[in-house]
Amino acid sequence: METFDLAAAPLRSLNAALHSLKGQETNRTEWEVLNPRGAHAVAAGVDAPVEIRVRGSTGYYCGGMNKQATIRIEGSAGPGVAENMMSGAVIIEGDASQYAGATGRGGLLVVKGSAASRCGISMKGIDIVVHGDIGHMSAFMAQSGRLVVLGDAGEALGDSLYEALIFVRGSVKSLGADCVEKEMRPEHLEMLEDLLRRGEAEGTARPEEFRRYGSARRLYTFSIDNASSY
Amino acid sequence: MCGIVGLFLKDASLEPRLGALLTDMLVTMTDRGPDSAGIAIYGRPEAGRARLTLQSANPEADFPGLADAVSRALGCEVSLRVKDTHALLELPADRLDAAREAALAARPGLKAMSAGERIEIYKEVGLPRDVARRFGLADMAGTHGIGHTRMATESAVTTMGAHPFSTGPDQCLVHNGSLSNHNSVRRELQRKGMAFETENDTEVAAAFISERMQAGESLGDALEATLKELDGFFTFVVGSRDGFGVVRDPIACNVAFGSEYRALATLPGIEAARVWEPEPATVYFWER
Repeated sequence: METFDLAAAPLRSLNAALHSLKGQETNRTEWEVLNPRGAHAVAAGVDAPVEIRVRGSTGYYCGGMNKQATIRIEGSAGPGVAENMMSGAVIIEGDASQYAGATGRGGLLVVKGSAASRCGISMKGIDIVVHGDIGHMSAFMAQSGRLVVLGDAGEALGDSLYEALIFVRGSVKSLGADCVEKEMRPEHLEMLEDLLRRGEAEGTARPEEFRRYGSARRLYTFSIDNASSY
Repeated sequence: MCGIVGLFLKDASLEPRLGALLTDMLVTMTDRGPDSAGIAIYGRPEAGRARLTLQSANPEADFPGLADAVSRALGCEVSLRVKDTHALLELPADRLDAAREAALAARPGLKAMSAGERIEIYKEVGLPRDVARRFGLADMAGTHGIGHTRMATESAVTTMGAHPFSTGPDQCLVHNGSLSNHNSVRRELQRKGMAFETENDTEVAAAFISERMQAGESLGDALEATLKELDGFFTFVVGSRDGFGVVRDPIACNVAFGSEYRALATLPGIEAARVWEPEPATVYFWER
């Protein structure tokens, strides 16, 4: 186990050490970060199949652009956690601030608590599992990937949605433009079962408790009849 | 950008440490606002007494003899403590307005920063660490306080352009964001008789709230009205005699209140605390 104490050494040296693992054959596969105390960009830009445990709460952009790594935050995460993640996983034991998983292209983001506004905004392939609630404008312009919410969703869920799939177990305060409830088919139940298992929510929720939301596809292909909606 | 920090103490045993806790939070927010910094700190009131903070660009000339001048004009005892470019006057509560008028008449270069039974506002240009040191913030006690670090976008980096802005007795406003219709709102408020010191957008928001309250609205209603009448990105924090209120604009894509865990990391008991963000277009109050 590599232990890195942010109270003793600067963030840049942590991130430089993690970045140096890219493309290397290494046995330094387990990392532990102490005293994050809300620091920004903790373990951002990692590109190596390593496991990183952050012992505390992080500030902006933790795990941003992550490739391959599994990053577990033993606290809460600030704005933009796992922003533009490519692959790997980011698991947050506490809550996540605004735009968690924004623009993510792949990998898995798990929030054990709740996520604030704009969770999964413009997501492009990432899977997100939130055990609690999500805030307003979540999955805005989401293009692909899956967003699973065990709790409730805030206002304007899935506004201007493209092809991302949204599953919510609780209530939805309001749906955004062009987002509609859709039929839950067997393949969706199967998909949910897998996501709940990988999202560490197996036993907490069952696939049949969820409703599915998706794009009505009236908005994103320009049509003159919809001009007032753009 | 800008940084806002606020602390509302529920545990009275922490009151002697309010200034020290706020200083740590304020200094942590330096990279959100290195231009200038300010604080509004609310102390325990003393029966029948009030406080007036005054700022001078030329403290060596303005402050000596000021207490005597105000005391003579009012015919009552007035104490004065100089803190760098600011002076804190303490006097009988029923003479507060008269004291401000007397002070500004005796020294026309002075600016009134705050007035009330509990509030003291101090603000200056410079790094938050330096501003806090100049005013001795770390040694101040109190029940609650608000701090602001400024990264200027709308107007010049000046003392008067720093936050907090006074909005009335024991009241102040800090702002993160930028308003887009402040010029037209300022013109309307000027027609209603409000006076302005700067070209700053937040001063307009402060005057907007003051004018509404002078017309009889409650603080909550005045804050609700900002959501309708002010255009732009904003998170406002309003300090009042008994606590503070927060409101975010309806879109709320500016930084969230509570987004900077770094500023909270030094607080006692933070490991076990629940940290959350306010909803958009909703007014919140923490009061005693």
